[in-house]
Amino acid sequence: MPEGGFVDFEVEVRPPGLARRFLRPQVGFYCDGRAPFKPLPRHQAFPMLEWGLNWVISTHAHDHLVLHAAVLERDGRALLLSADPGSGKSTLCAGLVHAGWRLLSDELALLELSSGRVRPVARPISLKNESIEVVRGLGDEVELSAVCADTTKGAVAHMRPPADSVARRAEMALPAWLVFPRFTRGGQLSVEPVGKAHAFMEMVRHAFNYGFLGASAFDALAGLIERSETFRAGYGSLTQILPEIDRLTAADRS
Amino acid sequence: MSGVGVLDTSLIAAVLAEPGRVAGLDAAAWSVLIGQARNAEMLGQLHARLSCAAALHFAPQAARRHLDLAWQLSMRHREAVRWEVLHIARALRKLDVPVVLLKGAAYALADYPAAEGRVFNDVDIMVPHAAITTVEYALLDAGWIPQIVNDYDQRYYRRWMHEIPPLEHKSRGTVLDVHHTIVPPTSGVVPDANVLLERAQPLNGLESDRLGMFRVLAPEDMVLHSAAHLFFNEFHKGLRDLYDLHRLLTHFGDVPAFWTVLRRRAFETGLEQPLNDALQHCARVFHTAVPEVELAQVVRARSWRGVGALRDWMLRRALLPDHPSCTTSSVRFARWMAFVRSHWLRMPPGLLAVHLLNKAFRSEA
Repeated sequence: MPEGGFVDFEVEVRPPGLARRFLRPQVGFYCDGRAPFKPLPRHQAFPMLEWGLNWVISTHAHDHLVLHAAVLERDGRALLLSADPGSGKSTLCAGLVHAGWRLLSDELALLELSSGRVRPVARPISLKNESIEVVRGLGDEVELSAVCADTTKGAVAHMRPPADSVARRAEMALPAWLVFPRFTRGGQLSVEPVGKAHAFMEMVRHAFNYGFLGASAFDALAGLIERSETFRAGYGSLTQILPEIDRLTAADRS
Repeated sequence: MSGVGVLDTSLIAAVLAEPGRVAGLDAAAWSVLIGQARNAEMLGQLHARLSCAAALHFAPQAARRHLDLAWQLSMRHREAVRWEVLHIARALRKLDVPVVLLKGAAYALADYPAAEGRVFNDVDIMVPHAAITTVEYALLDAGWIPQIVNDYDQRYYRRWMHEIPPLEHKSRGTVLDVHHTIVPPTSGVVPDANVLLERAQPLNGLESDRLGMFRVLAPEDMVLHSAAHLFFNEFHKGLRDLYDLHRLLTHFGDVPAFWTVLRRRAFETGLEQPLNDALQHCARVFHTAVPEVELAQVVRARSWRGVGALRDWMLRRALLPDHPSCTTSSVRFARWMAFVRSHWLRMPPGLLAVHLLNKAFRSEA
């Protein structure tokens, strides 16, 4: 955070006690000395750091509506991808980043209440299970962390975000598209518009602090839906969906 | 031996006592202040205190953001508590049973300064012991469900505690504690619950028609309950609870008769020890305006050697915020002592042994 010297949160990932340094080593995530989760085996330290940071953001950043969505930007306009876990959101996000979109976040859309713009959290993209190999296959330039095989969410690896996305992490973007992706193995490409009311209700489900923010959350979400084109996209491979996203987002780009 | 060479107050407590101190804080000190306040669940109260002392503008922008968000959160909580209490009113209206709001919900609905900036984790109510089953069934009918389904815990609460097992509303997720008195009977202190109910007062709210069925404890009983709750427990939110006491005492203390009645009620309820602890530590930490004669009483009642000195050593540490800036190994040890002590105070040794054995050998379902 900018502001000379002020620290919002002090977080660390460290062994929970002396014994756990040696005996079946574990790590815990600590925010200002307190542990919101149970410790994990030591080799899961990196995923734990990621989940811990997500926890800190989603439980404290209440000047934003926090949505479970990936966010990308091109030509100053943001594309949100929102879906339940396992729908291929992060894989598609990695694919779009590889195709040149700027990464704002692979997991949390921070919609600023005062401006309706999305604040970037440009961090490594978290990939799970089969999607790790799919993203590795995008090309040699993709940099992946070591795979952590046995987390509660299955195998996890992280993709390095482009330097440009990280450098521009203070640059917010106004949403223009909201897509609900749904990957199915061997699925056909199908893209259809989603009614605004449906999209709104679906996003309420994907908001972390909707009930908490009350009326201001409603207004922020209404603003997002109002200014976005909303689609549902079913697909069976990145090669089907990537050109289609290009087409959808090019159609009304001037 | 008490507190020699040991920091026995925290930055957050010092600032709440003297808000003008923030004028000299650098960014690093603000980080500590905000961190301590957040972990103590007192960010909203800090905002209220600084705002009242016209000292908010001293906060660097990044710190101010945390304070403002906490203040907004506390306003949301205030609304939510009122909303929840209206639901309780709807569920219990037809029973014609007196219902007393306790702790946070009472401060909020009675609009006491103790509610300013405060957040609430649950709602606590007290009803006559004879009505507790009727009240419980009415609440179950209206969508509250028991949080605890384990047989032993259910029996433990019903047989030994001052409340029935916590209820959670099935759609709102809010937690409701239904009490029939203010301290666990197993602690050996048994205030006459009927007197507490008789002395309870109506709310002077604008919505007195819809909330007309609710009472709050009389000022003196409210202070004694708050003191008993803090000093019989584990000090998880020790500093926050002590600040509640400070605000209650400051609010009620303007009326001279309050202190006389407070002393008398402490004697009648058997809660003199927690009251003395409350007065001593409020005056020490927050400079509460406790009358000299009361402080003299506190000093007379204390033993300064042996167990008394140990208590003092423990309480000074257990009342620090749970933040790395305060957590030395002696503080950690004091917290552990406070945890053990809270069980010791609440149960006679035989019952405690049975309780601990049961907890230890239970297979986690």
